[in-house]
Amino acid sequence: MSTQLPVLKAADFGSDQDVRWCPGCGDYSILAQMKKMLPSMGVPREKIVFISGIGCSSRFPYYMNTYGIHSIHGRAPALATGLKSVRPDLMVWVITGDGDGLSIGGNHLMHAIRRNLDINIILFNNRIYGLTKGQYSPTSPLGKVTKSTPMGAIDNPLHPLSIAIGCEASFVARSIDTHIKHLETTLHRAAEHRGTSFVEVYQNCNIFNDGAWEYTKDRQTKAENTIELEHGKPLIFGTNRDKGIRLNGLEPEVVELGKGITEDDLLFHDEKASEPSLAYLLSRMRHEDGFPEPIGVFRAIDKPRYDDELNKQVDAAKAKKGDGDLNALFNSGETWTVS
Amino acid sequence: MSTTTEGQPASTKETIVLEGATVRLAGDSGDGMQLAGTQLTGTSAQVGNDIATFPDFPAEIRAPRGTLAGVSGFQVHFSSQEIFTPGDSLNALIAMNPAALKTNLADLDAGGALIVNEDAFSKKDLEKAGYDINPLDDDSLEGYTLFKVPMTTLTRGAVEGLGLSVKEADRCRNFFAMGLIYWLYGRDTSPTLRFIESKFGGKPDVAEANRKALNAGWNFGETTDAFVSNYQVAPAKLPPGTYKNMMGNQALAWGLVAAAKASDIGLFYGTYPITPASDILHELSRHKNFGVRTVQAEDEIAAMCTVIGAAFAGSMAVTGSSGPGIALKGEAMGLAMILELPMIVINVQRGGPSTGLPTKTEQSDLMQVIFGRNGESPLPVIAPRSPGDCFDVAIEAWRIATRFMTPVVILSDGYIANGSEPWLIPDANTLPKIEVKHPGPPADGEEFMPYARNERLARPWAIPGTEGLMHRVGGLERQDVTGNVSYDPDNHQHMTNIRAQKVENIADDVPLQEVDGPDSGDLLVLSWGGTYGANTTAVKKCQKMGLSVAHTHLRYLNPFPKNLGEILDRYKQVLVPELNMGQLRQLIRARYLKDAIGYNKVQGKPFTVAELVIKIQETIG
Ligand code: SF4
Repeated sequence: MSTQLPVLKAADFGSDQDVRWCPGCGDYSILAQMKKMLPSMGVPREKIVFISGIGCSSRFPYYMNTYGIHSIHGRAPALATGLKSVRPDLMVWVITGDGDGLSIGGNHLMHAIRRNLDINIILFNNRIYGLTKGQYSPTSPLGKVTKSTPMGAIDNPLHPLSIAIGCEASFVARSIDTHIKHLETTLHRAAEHRGTSFVEVYQNCNIFNDGAWEYTKDRQTKAENTIELEHGKPLIFGTNRDKGIRLNGLEPEVVELGKGITEDDLLFHDEKASEPSLAYLLSRMRHEDGFPEPIGVFRAIDKPRYDDELNKQVDAAKAKKGDGDLNALFNSGETWTVS
Repeated sequence: MSTTTEGQPASTKETIVLEGATVRLAGDSGDGMQLAGTQLTGTSAQVGNDIATFPDFPAEIRAPRGTLAGVSGFQVHFSSQEIFTPGDSLNALIAMNPAALKTNLADLDAGGALIVNEDAFSKKDLEKAGYDINPLDDDSLEGYTLFKVPMTTLTRGAVEGLGLSVKEADRCRNFFAMGLIYWLYGRDTSPTLRFIESKFGGKPDVAEANRKALNAGWNFGETTDAFVSNYQVAPAKLPPGTYKNMMGNQALAWGLVAAAKASDIGLFYGTYPITPASDILHELSRHKNFGVRTVQAEDEIAAMCTVIGAAFAGSMAVTGSSGPGIALKGEAMGLAMILELPMIVINVQRGGPSTGLPTKTEQSDLMQVIFGRNGESPLPVIAPRSPGDCFDVAIEAWRIATRFMTPVVILSDGYIANGSEPWLIPDANTLPKIEVKHPGPPADGEEFMPYARNERLARPWAIPGTEGLMHRVGGLERQDVTGNVSYDPDNHQHMTNIRAQKVENIADDVPLQEVDGPDSGDLLVLSWGGTYGANTTAVKKCQKMGLSVAHTHLRYLNPFPKNLGEILDRYKQVLVPELNMGQLRQLIRARYLKDAIGYNKVQGKPFTVAELVIKIQETIG
């Protein structure tokens, strides 16, 4: 066997299966950026596992030439927990959607994130149920008219990043399917992070919810409606980069630069802040409330990882009691002998 | 303060030799009856008796003190003969309060020894138990040999001077009761003194108080005129070797650890706490030095899914639960089945349906584990027959799982999970190896086929990290051989047949069913799981009476042993006693068109030998 790792290309990560998403679906771009990004990690394909639940996004593992499990609805984070607990050497990706991850699988997502296993969770948010043909999802806005809500949705929507932060996530980021450079960079950051990386990707379902994220994509409006987060930099946005976010007490507000307001008055992004309050505040900035929606890395901190801790306990037990000896175990406690 | 662990000498009173005895300690759930029962068990085992135990505790952790709902009991049967059950009825009952008396008296033999803590029979205590008149004062207990012992007073007296509060002193009453029982049955107190030393050594005053209470109980028996004689139960003729007292859940846990060693891979246990299965988790989590990794998942579904993830990754992956949890795991068990990965699912059955009777035993999840998933989803099912047998069944489950690449269900129950019996300690070096093969990287130009099959129809267990074997599995129907998603109608039929046939093939790989008793005759008693002891004892009794009856006990419930149909045909009638409403009987009737007769009970209690004997006699006519 050669000792030098072969240099892999994006195409090496594609499986021989035909991709079956609808033409024009945002999932294609996420798949492409993943394949483009992975070679840069230098991890051999056999050391990578993709795990998904059910839904359009969950077909993802079939298209990757890695190990993969297309599991059951909402449960991918739980499978990943078991897998990573016994095989910390593997790079594990969980692919989920807004229905899979936040509705039927909400409990598993919450607990995977709080355990902070060294896994990467990518949530494709298209704000609709695609595979079941167009019912509203937990991220659909109030009033959304769909097949199952002909008079409009009356459930308050969930915000994936707010939930992840509430679950003590150590890495939280957002990107957009069509921002291919940004998406690739974000996936790379997620892959590099040690601990659970949670990434929300705004993904267009051109069949059942076309244009849901158009305000973040349209050439004319995207600079006004999104704000790119950079660690240590002030929050500036706008076509002319003339607007910013300032803190007014505990509330963010949009301000125009100039007229006595300088960059120094703005909120500076700190993805390493030990308290998650800032990241949470950013996750609450919604387009409908007149804010640009942040993209990039909201939070990236170092915290103990479940898989590490579990294996440390095993090592500690071995160091203390020695490698398990069955005969010693069987004869422990009170015994008696019959001759 | 003395820390002696030297036991009491032999009694100087007259000793009557018994073949065996069944004793139940009953009290409030805070009275430490489970601990007392466990000690009596361990001590009886150490004098060489054969033993069987039956703990019986309430579902509430602390029901209101002194109420009927809060009564906790522990029954020990010890004998100089080979025994299989904790005993139908009691030779002696220790009742720590009126509630314990009321709920347990019906099980005491006529003339049996009834030892009560008379200090606990105040007006208030009696009211809580629903007694209008104190039963110690009227003639309602005339049919028993009643011993009224002021245990509270005597215990407080024994621990006086140690500076304990009244509450702390009263906590030693169970040791007083133990001491008295030890005297009555000639048990050595030294194992319990050693236990006190190891358990309470860190709190010398508590240790000393318990020691004093134990000795005071023993001395009370020896000195009071109320007890004129005590009993002796000789050692049983067990096969030579070293023994320990083994509970079912512990045996399952140790069997899993042993199976992991025998196959040289790491054990992963992903689970969610549920009565009566949680003790498996508690036990396994103590053995991390064997490479055991335990995960307490967020729910039952997640627990099953962690197991699937760990199995895919190459671990010996196991989950344990009870009926309600298994219901939640159903979908994931279906995924596990179609993925064709080895793993173990343990169901320690309890009374159902729904939350049912969490702390009581039942066998009503047989259909659930055989059929309880969507689609055609066969899984092998095997059941232990006794606490010690759980060890062997755990190993056998893993052998089958790896040879056939399938999840295997172990169907235990609350009765064997918490019951105990002497366990002949095996030599770990003689346990058979379980061969587990993971394919290595393919030769140049060779394409890996994840659903190619061997002669048993098992597919390869290719694990992540192996170069060239990257493949994707999932819950959508697979194309045979390639493992790619397939909606082809003929392929679905083919794969359904293959998965069923694979499970059927297990029958070629397990021992033929054996029969105890005549090869043919009037009646065959067919049983499974935790009712083994009662059925064996009942059939032996009937055989001694000259009845033409044989017994066969199933370990393999899916698939059935190959020769089962032929065995059933050799008897005029087949009787199937079960702690459910006739689930195995339905399967037997469906599969073999045999008009099997049921004997069924769901009362949260095991069968008594007596009721089985009567049913056998009636059936033969
Ligand atoms: S239904 Fe929507 S999300 Fe699903 S594949 Fe088609 S476009 Fe994509």
